[in-house]
Amino acid sequence: MSESNTANKLSPKDFSSDQDVRWCPGCGDYSILKQVQTIMPEIGVPREDIVFISGIGCSSRFPYYMNTFGMHSIHGRATTIASGLKAVRPELSVWIITGDGDSLSIGGNHLIHLLRRNFNVNILLFNNQIYGLTKGQYSPTSEQGKRTKSTPHGSLDHPFNPLALCMGADATFVSRTMDRDPKQLRSVLMQANQHKGTSLVEIYQNCNVFNDGTFARFTDKRTKEESTIFIEDGKPLIFDQGKRGIVLDGFNPKIVDMEGRSADDLWIHDVNDRVKAEILTRFFEDPSDETALPRPFGVFYQEDRPCYEEMLEQQVKEAEDRSSNRNLDQLLRGNRTWWAE
Amino acid sequence: MAKDPKVLDEVTILFAGDSGDGIQLTGNQFSDNTALYGNDLSTFPDFPAEIRAPLGTVEGVSGFQIHFGTREIFSPGDKCDVLVAMNAAAFKKNFRRLKPRGTIIVNTSGFDKRNLKLAHYPEDAEPLEGLEGYQLTKMDVTKLTREALKDIKLGTKEKDRCKNMFVLGYVYWMYNRTLESTIDFLTSKFKNKTDILEANVASLKAGFHFGDTLETFRSRYEVRPAAMPPGEYRNVMGNQATVLGLVAAAEKSNLPLFYGSYPITPASDILHQLSSYRDFGVKTFQAEDEIAAIGAAIGASFGGHLAVTASSGPGIALKGEAIGLALMLELPLVIVNVQRGGPSTGLPTKTEQADLFQAMYGRNGEAPVPVVAAHSPTDCFDAVFQATKLAIEHMTPVFFLSDGYIANGAEPWRFPKSDELEKISPRFADLPAKENETFLPYERDENGVRPWSIPGMKGLEHRVGGLEKEDGSGNVSYDPDNHEKMVKLRQEKVDKIADFIPEQSLDQGPETGDVLIVGWGSTYGTIKIAVNEMLEEGYSVAHAQIRYLNPFPKNLGEILKSYKKVLVPEINNGQLVKILRAEYLVDAQPLNKIKGVPFEAAEIKNAVLEILKS
Repeated sequence: MSESNTANKLSPKDFSSDQDVRWCPGCGDYSILKQVQTIMPEIGVPREDIVFISGIGCSSRFPYYMNTFGMHSIHGRATTIASGLKAVRPELSVWIITGDGDSLSIGGNHLIHLLRRNFNVNILLFNNQIYGLTKGQYSPTSEQGKRTKSTPHGSLDHPFNPLALCMGADATFVSRTMDRDPKQLRSVLMQANQHKGTSLVEIYQNCNVFNDGTFARFTDKRTKEESTIFIEDGKPLIFDQGKRGIVLDGFNPKIVDMEGRSADDLWIHDVNDRVKAEILTRFFEDPSDETALPRPFGVFYQEDRPCYEEMLEQQVKEAEDRSSNRNLDQLLRGNRTWWAE
Repeated sequence: MAKDPKVLDEVTILFAGDSGDGIQLTGNQFSDNTALYGNDLSTFPDFPAEIRAPLGTVEGVSGFQIHFGTREIFSPGDKCDVLVAMNAAAFKKNFRRLKPRGTIIVNTSGFDKRNLKLAHYPEDAEPLEGLEGYQLTKMDVTKLTREALKDIKLGTKEKDRCKNMFVLGYVYWMYNRTLESTIDFLTSKFKNKTDILEANVASLKAGFHFGDTLETFRSRYEVRPAAMPPGEYRNVMGNQATVLGLVAAAEKSNLPLFYGSYPITPASDILHQLSSYRDFGVKTFQAEDEIAAIGAAIGASFGGHLAVTASSGPGIALKGEAIGLALMLELPLVIVNVQRGGPSTGLPTKTEQADLFQAMYGRNGEAPVPVVAAHSPTDCFDAVFQATKLAIEHMTPVFFLSDGYIANGAEPWRFPKSDELEKISPRFADLPAKENETFLPYERDENGVRPWSIPGMKGLEHRVGGLEKEDGSGNVSYDPDNHEKMVKLRQEKVDKIADFIPEQSLDQGPETGDVLIVGWGSTYGTIKIAVNEMLEEGYSVAHAQIRYLNPFPKNLGEILKSYKKVLVPEINNGQLVKILRAEYLVDAQPLNKIKGVPFEAAEIKNAVLEILKS
C-alpha cells in the first residue's frame, strides 16, 4: 500500500473519471456523487485502494464516474462481490452502491447476510421509492396504494422500513441522510467511513422523472423543519427550530412543546443504545399525518463487533502458525500410502 | 487349521444394509484396507437422499460396491461376486446384481417377520430358501455382536451399532486380510470414547474369529497385490482429488485460493475438505445461497486471488447470470459442477452426465465458457488442475465437470510430486511504463487475453461491468459494430485455447476401423473394459475419451472421420453426441442410459455389436 498522505494531495476532481455522467438532469444522484467525490480525498486512502461496487439500477452506474477501481455488476449482487473482495483484500476501502430495488428486492437476502457478517464496507443505499431504470414501477419501499405503471389500481405491498430491517439483521452502523442536504450527507458519509464494520447509509434520493417530490416533506424548506429531526450522539432530540422535542414515555416516543422545558429533559440520543435505536427507526409514519413523529436523519446506531475478514485472517494465521511445516507434497501424500515395486 | 486360501484374480463385493447400518463406513474401511494390501480397486457408493430413510425399507437401503484385483481395475464392476445383506430390504434390492453362483452373506436377524414386511415381501415369503447354487452364509449378526460385547458396559443400542464391524471382520477373514488399518482408524475416530472404541474393536475381532470358528467348508480367498506401475500410492475419492488439484493449482500459480460455496449434494465434501486447509492459506466462504457463493468468488478474482465455486446442477442454474458476468469481466474463475440426476431437484444422490448442455450453453447471450471433464476419481486431480490453469492463463471462467459417481468413488492414486506439476502463470498487468499513458484494461495479447489488473495497482484504476464494453478501453459502448466485434473476440479467445490443450489421443484400439466409441467423463472405465474385451475378441473397435469439451482438441474431427461408425455412450439423453454431429457433420450414434447408475460393460458391448450389424 502506498502512504496515505499521497491521497491527501488529491482533490475531488481527481476522483472524477473521464466518463460523461448520464443520469437524468435534476436527478438526486448528482448531489450524492459530488459529496462522495468531495470526501474521498479526506478519508486518507490512496485512490488505487478504493473500490466502488454496484448492482443494477440508475444509482449503480455510479462506479463508472469514480476514478477508482470499480465494478458495475449484476442486479442485487454487489453485496456478494464486495464480500468476496473484502474477504481476500481486507486492506481495501470498499463502497457498495445500491438502490431500493437492488438491495431490498432482488438483493434483499444478500443485504441481511452482509450485515450480520459485518464485513468492513460501506453501503450507500439510494432510496427513491421507485424503479427508475425500468421506467417507473413501484419498489419495495414505495408506499402502499401507490399508482405506478405496474400498479394502475394501486400497489398492495406493504413497504419495507429499511433501517428497521437493518437493525433486525444486527447491522453495526445504521444511518439515514438525503441528497438535498450536502453538509449532513458528507458528515454521515465520513462517519460511515470511520466505522469499522458494515456501515449502512440510507440516502433519500429524489427521482425527478418517475417519483418527483416523494421526499419533498423532508427536503422542502416549508415543511422540513416540522417533519424531520437531525440526531447526533449525546444531543437531545429537538426539532422544528427548537420549538419541539421528543421524550420517551416508557417505550413510547412523544412529541413535547419546548416552551418552559429544558432540553435536558428530552430523549438524549445515544448511538450505542440498540433498544432506543430500534424505536428511532420506527419513526416511520406517513409524513402527511399531522401527528406523525418527525423523520430522523443522522446516525441511529453504532456498535463495535469484529469484522468477518479480520476473523478469517486470524483463522488463517493461527492455522499457519500451528502447522509450520505444511507443504504440498505432504498434502498430496495424505496419511496412508504404500509402494508398488 | 485354516486351509490355503483360493487365489482369485478379481472380486466385486457389494455391501448393503439400512442407511443407519454404517455401510458407507464399512465399505470405505474395506477399500482402504484393500488399497494398502496393494490391489487395484474402484468403488461405487450408492445411498438414499434421505438422511434417515424409513428403517428396513427398500428405499432406505445404502450400498457400497468395491471391485478389486490383481490386474488393473477400471470400474466398480457390473455384477458382484459377493453380496453382503444386512437385512431383507438390502437383499431384495440387490439380489439381481449378484452373479450366478455368487456368494451371499446375510444377517439373519434382518430377515425377521418385521423386516420382511418392511421390505414388502409377501406374507409367507422365505427369500433365503431356494438359493441352491449360491454360496449362502447365514449369521445372526445382532446376536453374535451382543454376545461378543457382553462384558462391555454399553447399552444394547450402542452395541448394535457395532454390527457393521462384525461383518467387516468376517469379510477381512474371508479375504485373508489383517485388521490393523481399521483398528488404527477406530483408535483415532474414538480416541475420546474408550468404551465405544473397545466395543468396535471387539466386534471387528469377533467377526474375524467367527470365520475361523465357523465349522466350515467355506473357503478363504486371496486376491494378490496388483502389478501396478511402480511408485508410491494412496487411496483417493474424486471430490478429494478435486480439492487437492485446486490446492496444487493455487500453489503452482502462487495465488491464494478462495472458495465460495453453498452446500449441495454431491459437491459439499469439497467445501468440507477445503475448509480444513486454512493452513494452506485457503479461504472458504459458506455463502447464503448459490448466487452469493459465485458473487463472492468473482469479488475474490477481481481482488487477484484464485477463485473457485462449486455446486451441482440446480446450483449451477442459479449461478448462470453471474457466470455471464465473469465471462464479460474476463476474470479467471473455476466453476465445479459435480453433476447429479436432474432436472430440478432430480436424483440428488444418483449420478448423471446431463449438465453438459448447461455448461456449454446455459447462459443468456453469446457466452462461451471452456469445459473440462474428469473421467475417474484420480483424474479429477489432473483435470481440475488443467481447468484452473486455463482459467488463470486465459482470463476466463472455466467449467470443471465431475459427477456423483466419480466424486464419491475411490481408487488408488500414484500421486505426483509437487515439482512434477506444471507452473501456472497469471498475466498480471504491468504498471504503465510511461507517465501519461492511459491504461487499457481490455487490451489483448496475441491469444486474445487481457491483463489482470487488481485494486492496489497504482495508476491502473479502471471500471469493469456487465454492460458491453468498448474494445481496449473497456468503457461502456452501445456501438453496434463494437458489440459484434466483442462477441467475436470473446469467442476467439476461447477457441484459441485449442492451441494450448493436448491433441485428442486414443485410449486404445486401431487408428482406423469399424467403430470408434467416444466418451466423456465417468463412463471411461466401463467403456475401457468393453473395448478391452472386444479387442481381445478380434473386433475393430477404438476408444477416445474427451477431456476438453470446449474447445475440442484440434484433431478430433480427423479422428471421428477415421471410423465407419461412431458410438457415443452417455448417462443422459444424448448431449455430446448432438454437439459432435453439429460440429463435425458425422453420423455419431447415441447410447443412452438415464437410470442414475453407470453403464455396465455388457451394455456397451451390445450396442457396438448392434451398430456393427446395421
